Amino acid sequence: MSAVRARTRPPGGQRFREMSGHIGWGIIAWVAGIAFFLPVLWMVLTAFKPESAAETWPPRFTFSPTLAEFRLVFSGWGPFVTHSVIATVASTVLVLLLGIPAAYALAIHPVKRWQDGLFFFISTKMLPIVAAIGPLYVIALKTHLLDSIWLLIILYTAMNLPLAIWLIRSFMLEVPGEMLEAAELDGAGRLRQMGEVIMPVISPGLVSSALICVIFAWNELFLALNLTTTNAATLPMFLISSVPQEGLYIAHLSAAATVASVPVIIVGWIAQRSLVRGLSMGAIK
Amino acid sequence: MAVVETGAAQPAVTEVRPRGATRREAWQRRLPLLPALIYTIVVTQVPFLVTLWYSFQNYFFDVPGGAHWTGVSNYKEVFTNAAFRGALWRSVVMTVVAVLVAMILGVAFALLLDRKFLGRSIVRTLIITPFLVMPAAAALVWAGPMLDPNFGLLNYLLQPFGVHHVAWLSTHALGSVIVVMIWQWTPFMTLIVLAGLQGQPADVLEAAKVDGAGALATFRELTFPFLRPYIELGILLGSIYLINVFDAVRLMTNGGPGTATTNLPFYLYEQVNNAFDVGGAAAAGVVTVILTIIVATFALRMFARVFQFEGAGS
Repeated sequence: MSAVRARTRPPGGQRFREMSGHIGWGIIAWVAGIAFFLPVLWMVLTAFKPESAAETWPPRFTFSPTLAEFRLVFSGWGPFVTHSVIATVASTVLVLLLGIPAAYALAIHPVKRWQDGLFFFISTKMLPIVAAIGPLYVIALKTHLLDSIWLLIILYTAMNLPLAIWLIRSFMLEVPGEMLEAAELDGAGRLRQMGEVIMPVISPGLVSSALICVIFAWNELFLALNLTTTNAATLPMFLISSVPQEGLYIAHLSAAATVASVPVIIVGWIAQRSLVRGLSMGAIK
Repeated sequence: MAVVETGAAQPAVTEVRPRGATRREAWQRRLPLLPALIYTIVVTQVPFLVTLWYSFQNYFFDVPGGAHWTGVSNYKEVFTNAAFRGALWRSVVMTVVAVLVAMILGVAFALLLDRKFLGRSIVRTLIITPFLVMPAAAALVWAGPMLDPNFGLLNYLLQPFGVHHVAWLSTHALGSVIVVMIWQWTPFMTLIVLAGLQGQPADVLEAAKVDGAGALATFRELTFPFLRPYIELGILLGSIYLINVFDAVRLMTNGGPGTATTNLPFYLYEQVNNAFDVGGAAAAGVVTVILTIIVATFALRMFARVFQFEGAGS
């Protein structure tokens, strides 16, 4: 260790340099942020253009905004958005129903080989579902689940369950041991302990777990595209249908893309703080 | 935001289990786990068993008569098929390039966001937004409004640099797809690295500053080693998701031109949807799964290690 150099307060000039350094980095950060956000901005901007103003060279930044394309989107997206909402909400509820007890069995009163259990769940996230898509199609066909919303609910639940279990477990580990012991001393059974001690502590965690599940289910395309056609087609498929074989479509597509993305963007903005934890499956708090 | 995870460490409540704990107790512990366990086994493992079965069958959707046994001929085809190998290779390239570039950008953004400046939380919000955009929407918006040769915004912005109406999706298809993957996943890396930076003990950094260490030296000697587990975690999780990228390929280039952007997911999708070759796709799927298991074994080990960095930073 070198000697600590005692420093007097920086003179005015140096402080000015430090401050302008701050401002400089701030400007760089703003430029980077705006550049990164630009495609989203362009999508939203294009959505408000009349179709004729969307495909011009040079691209137009001023135009008289119209809601025409949004109206068109809202008139056509009915069944798709219904399917998306049902598949997302139902699978998320199912994930919580299955995931909370499982997380409990891996955190509070752990089963004997709880580590193996945890790693089994996470290993299923690594298996590429694409590898089984043909057989999955055949299974769905034979069980009459093809093009049914139930199929998407079942598969989205399996897709998000490992993530939720890891995440909920990480929240349960934060329940103070003394609280659990106190409840046990009071003679509370495991169910009461769960309802009165654990649930109140982890409920914010449950909300952020649910949000992560919502994001992934809402955005899923591969399974929906392969296993549904009309009766269960979701919003990502609506987007595909908004790109016609010919004719102008850029403004219409942008409006559809904006409308489909906005719910998750807003949810994500609100839940920014818990996003990191959810995405790292509880590894980062 | 401190990092503490107990992953493979002891759970919060460890009870002294009585010797020869009664079977009843063991079942009481197991019971809550069973529904999720059985559900996951049935829904995720059964399709793979069926895949294994079909990989030995000759089965085309469009040929009447159903499936019949063909032995290993599907596998022979997979191993002699250049298209499969090409798709495998492109999957690896896309994932590795996208994950690494996203991580480098993520570290840069995180370092920027770790400083105090006016409107920091707004910039942070702007930067995480691409991750929240529906991947199908991102792919279509990039393919059309952004990259179109005739009216795309990118060509307009690059005009001062001598770029004129480049048809990105036909001339730089693979690069374009990778750019979109990077654009969507950089926020993820940024958030994870930023969490790491903010968990960094301030007193150590202060001491380094007092010692007269430069910014670069501080980053290399202190910050980077501290961030390492976060970077590893980001790379690991990013790879798990990006190896399966399908939306961008299907919606931007449809695997083309030719097979220039056909990665494994898209290849398997084509086998089933256009060639109707369930048997062939199943065999390719089984090979994919075996390769995945080999990689995943290492990944899981890394997982166990990364999740054990308990107490780091606190």
